[in-house]
Parts: sequence; structure tokens; C-alpha cells
Amino acid sequence: MMSNMMVLAGVDVQQWTYILVGLTFALYIGIAIWSRANSTKDFYVAGGGVSPLANGMATAADWMSAASFISMAGIISFAGYDGAVYLMGWTGGYVLLALLLAPYLRKFGKFTVPDFIGDRYYSKTARLVAVFCALLVSFTYVAGQMRGVGIVFSRFLEVDINTGVIIGMFIVLFYAVLGGMKGITYTQVAQYCVLIFAFMVPAIFISIQMTGNPIPQFGFGSELADGSGTYLLDKLDGLSTELGFAEYTEGSKAMIDVFAITLALMVGTAGLPHVIVRFFTVKRVRDARKSAGIALLLIVILYTTAPAVAVFARTNMIETVSNKPITSVPDWFKKWETTGLITFTDKNNDGRIQYVANNDANELVVDRDIMVLANPEIANLPNWVIALVAAGGLAAALSTAAGLLLVISASVSHDLVKKIINPKISEKGELIAARLSAVGAVCVAGYFGINPPGFVAAVVALAFGLAAASFFPAIILGIFYKRMNKEGAIAGMVVGIVTMLLYMIKYKLGWFDETLPDKSEWWFGISPEGFGTVAMVLNFVVSVAIMKFTPKPPRRVQNIVEKIRIPSGAGKATGH
Amino acid sequence: MNKKEKIKAKAYWHENIKYVLILLTIWFLVSYGAGILFKDELNQFKIAGFKLGFWFAQQGSMYVFVILIFVYVRLMNALDKKYGYDE
Repeated sequence: MMSNMMVLAGVDVQQWTYILVGLTFALYIGIAIWSRANSTKDFYVAGGGVSPLANGMATAADWMSAASFISMAGIISFAGYDGAVYLMGWTGGYVLLALLLAPYLRKFGKFTVPDFIGDRYYSKTARLVAVFCALLVSFTYVAGQMRGVGIVFSRFLEVDINTGVIIGMFIVLFYAVLGGMKGITYTQVAQYCVLIFAFMVPAIFISIQMTGNPIPQFGFGSELADGSGTYLLDKLDGLSTELGFAEYTEGSKAMIDVFAITLALMVGTAGLPHVIVRFFTVKRVRDARKSAGIALLLIVILYTTAPAVAVFARTNMIETVSNKPITSVPDWFKKWETTGLITFTDKNNDGRIQYVANNDANELVVDRDIMVLANPEIANLPNWVIALVAAGGLAAALSTAAGLLLVISASVSHDLVKKIINPKISEKGELIAARLSAVGAVCVAGYFGINPPGFVAAVVALAFGLAAASFFPAIILGIFYKRMNKEGAIAGMVVGIVTMLLYMIKYKLGWFDETLPDKSEWWFGISPEGFGTVAMVLNFVVSVAIMKFTPKPPRRVQNIVEKIRIPSGAGKATGH
Repeated sequence: MNKKEKIKAKAYWHENIKYVLILLTIWFLVSYGAGILFKDELNQFKIAGFKLGFWFAQQGSMYVFVILIFVYVRLMNALDKKYGYDE
């Protein structure tokens, strides 16, 4: 035992990373070979027989991307209270999914979201608009994921970002093309286990170090372990105001914007095709409800830990660097300085690090991703924990990328090829088309990962706004409003997504003006991230108004609506 | 569907909508209410080291979300049974 410990202690971070990443990749590939897809039903909805638990785990992994795993705690750590928009926004949407969407879409029993829109609104135009929205949302989202894969590879395996992206492409290609939804589902189950373990281990270690409480969710509301009797959050509020920042627990965004962003993220979550489609894979309507609950529970484990990590990391960082001589900084500081994620300029030449809110006096710039990536090093945790974070980050990025690629390939092969271009295509032909479009989608995603257009990062967060502005109202009205017709739904989707795109281009990308317009010009004080809420409301209003002046949907369609409201007899998802 | 089945389906749907409305009201109150609109008022109270409004925004609302879905699952399973829609 003793000699074992010695051997383990001698393995450095780099070797640990190769070992852990290698093992997890072998696992994913093994699962992919075991769960090959043999039919289009396997490929699109994993045969329709996934258990609620497996589907819950897969949904959680599908949902939690590189952004959730790597960036979220860091964002919260710099935003304080305002970070709640992501926490509530990215979890509250599941309540909407479980109560308003998942059971009915499962009962409807087709393969894709455009399938529902196309049939419910009895129109090829509606289907085309939905395909366009699905592709737009999924591509903006997946480009960011491939970049995330590249970044994790480059930081931990010391290859350059592009090589990282290409390795990631091959892995995803392998199991998405071979296994389709079936392969993706079971690899996502494994990826959930890897990523949650990798996130929780350092969090628990650090919580014990700082507060003596092993549960991070309680730890960040506890007293410090140093015996001072001060609560951790009070201390952080004090440190923040001392350095000129807003109090950590107060935040600085306007209330209306916090409200709008939270709502846009919630509704967007419920409208994201790659999340919705996961609920087509279970057997019965009741399984769809239950697996939404399980998915949220599994997501919330990470999401309630992230704000604790944010507080630990923020406090640790301020205490380690603030006003300390540059000669005394720990090794991790120098290591991450060489990657450019930490930059220090000694503006007043006193040899000490001034970290303050005032931009002119501040000497330290810290990339927010550091808060999770370097957290184990900052807290002096063992090497294997540091390597575990790399494996977790990759699991998070790969699982989300795979889920998105499937939506893209299904939109092309099923909604475009089978339903619009060539309805006579055979089952075998459609399966080949599905695999080919998955290959095509991986290549496009990889291209964006290697050559990210400057606007990708800015746009990823807005994928939610786009989903909120387009799908959510069309699906909700389709289920809860029998009278809603194709004219109303199409007009609503088009107006919603166009308004969202224009607002985004004007206030986020600044393409309409010489410079990016100032915050003071935002409509109602709502940021582009929160504008999905306004566009969604607009979609609802336009849909209902147009409907009032146009004919009722045919009896046949009203019968579909009546049928999806009754849970029994869902049968298996079918494309015919 | 014959007339009797239609009446049954309608009654089921009304009960379902009632549950959804009640649960979504709670959903709104814990997140937008406690976590955003009334955050400052609630922050005057503390549980352990947490200001209450802050806690709702970064912890409490998420726990309630999970509970809401499982409550809905139970309510609907019972409702399905009552109307013979369970399988």
C-alpha cells in the first residue's frame, strides 16, 4: 500500500491527464461500438425505449456544456449575485419542459421538433421555418462547443487548439455517426458520471479546507474554518467593497434586465431542439415527465455547487494575490500567466499586485475560466484531481456537441430530405443520409472551432434568445390552443426570430453602426441576452393576432391536438 | 372519440391545467419573486451565512424547481389512474 502511494505521488499532472482522458475516451468508444444504430428509429430516437433514469442522465450531460462546466462558476465568481440569472435561467426551464412540453411532444411521437411544427401546423412552410430555426440555433451553439474541446485539449495536453479540435471531431464523429442517438445516449450516461465526479471532488476538498463543511452547498453559507467566527460570505462582501467592487451578494445589473435574462434563458432552454428531442427517446408519456425530473435533479447537483465554487475561488484568489509582492506568488500564478489567462502589469512599480475595481489602478486581469481550471491548483489539491478536471471538461463539451450534431443531422436527413425533397427515400437510404449529414455537420462545426468567426462566442449565449423567440411560443400554442393555425404560427416564428436577430446584430455585434451602441440605447434597458423575452412575447402577440383573421385549422389537426393531450397509447416514436 | 370519451378527456385536461397553473405560480414566486423582485426585502433576513434573497436566487429556487417536477409527476400519475389513462 505504502509503495503504491509513493508510485501515485510520483505521477505528475501531465501523466495523470493522459491516463484519465485516455481511459474515458476508450470508454466512450467502447460504448459506441456496443450501441450501433441499425435503423432510422435507433438513429433518431435510440429506438424509443430508453429508461427514464438513463434518459435523465443523458439529458443532464447533453445539457451541461463546456460553458456550464468550465465557465459558469467563473462567471458567477466575477458577477456575484448577478450570476443567478444563469443558475435560475438554466434550471427553471426544465419545469416548463416537464409541465408544458415534454409529455405532449412524447405523445405526439415523431422524431424532431420541425416534425411537430410541420404536422401540427399542416404546412411545409412551417416545417421549413422550423428547420431553419433549428439549424441556426444548433450551429451557433455547437461552434462554441468545438472551441471548448480545443481549449481543454490545448491547456491540459499541451497540443495546440486546432489539433485539439481535430481530435475532438474524430471522437464525436466516431460515436455520433456509428451510433446515432443510441450511441450518443449511452455515451452521455457515462459522460455525466465523469463530469459530475470531476466537478464535485475539487469542490468538496475546497469546501472542507475553507469551512470544514464537506457539502459545498452548505459550506459557502458557513463560518470560516480559521476559527474567526466570520461567515465566508460576509468576509467576501467585505473584501469586495474594500477593493472597490460591488458587494458580492448584491450584484450590479438592473432588476429588469436580471428578470428578462432569466426568463429568456428559461424559455430558451425549454425551446432548444437538442434538449426537447431527448424526450422522444423514452417509452411512455409518464416516463417523459419523470425523466425531466431526474435530469433536473442531476443538473441541479452541479448548478448548486457552482455558486459555492465561485465564492471559494473568489475569496481564495483575492487573499492569495491582493497586495502581495509579485516575488511571493505561488507556482500556479506563473504557470497560468504563461498561458495568457492571467496578466499582471505593475503600473505603479511597487512590486505588489493591486487588484481593484478601478480600471486605471488595477494591475491584474484574470480570465474567468481560471476559476474552475486552476481551482484545484490554487487550493493545492493532489495531481489526479487536477487531471480529473480536464477529463470532466472534455466530457461536458463532447456530450453537448454530440447531441447538437444529432439534431443537425436529423433536421437535414429527416425534415429536409425525407419530408420535403424525396419522400420516397427508403429506410436504408434515409439512414445513410442521416450518417452523411452527421459527417457534414461535424466538419462544419470543426471548421468553426478552428476558425471561430469573431462573433461565435458572443452569439452562443444568444442561441437561447433565438430558441425562445421561435420555437417556444409555436409549440406551446400548438398544444394549449387548439384554434391556433398555420398562418398565426408561421408569422409569429418569423417575426420573433427576425426581431431577435436584428436586435442581436445591432446591440451585440454592432454591425449596423460604426461602434457598438451604448447600454443606454437598449430597449426598456434590456440587454441582447435578455431580449429573447421581448421577442418571445412579440411572437405570442403576432401569432394570436394573425390567427384571429385567418381560418381555423382543419378538423384533422384539431383531432391531433385532442389526442396529444391524453397520455395513454403513446406507442413508440415513429417517423411515418 | 365518442361523446362520453370527449367529456372525460375534457375533465382530465381541466384538472391537468389546474395543477400546472398552481405549480407554475410557485415556480414564479420562488425565482422571480424571492430571487429577483423581493430580493432586497428578503436580504434583511439571514439563514446561517446566507442573506435570504441571495440564497433563493443562487440555491433555494433550484431546489424548489426539482421538487415541483416530482410533485407534478406524482399528481399526474394519480390523475392518469383516476381517468384510466395510465399504462
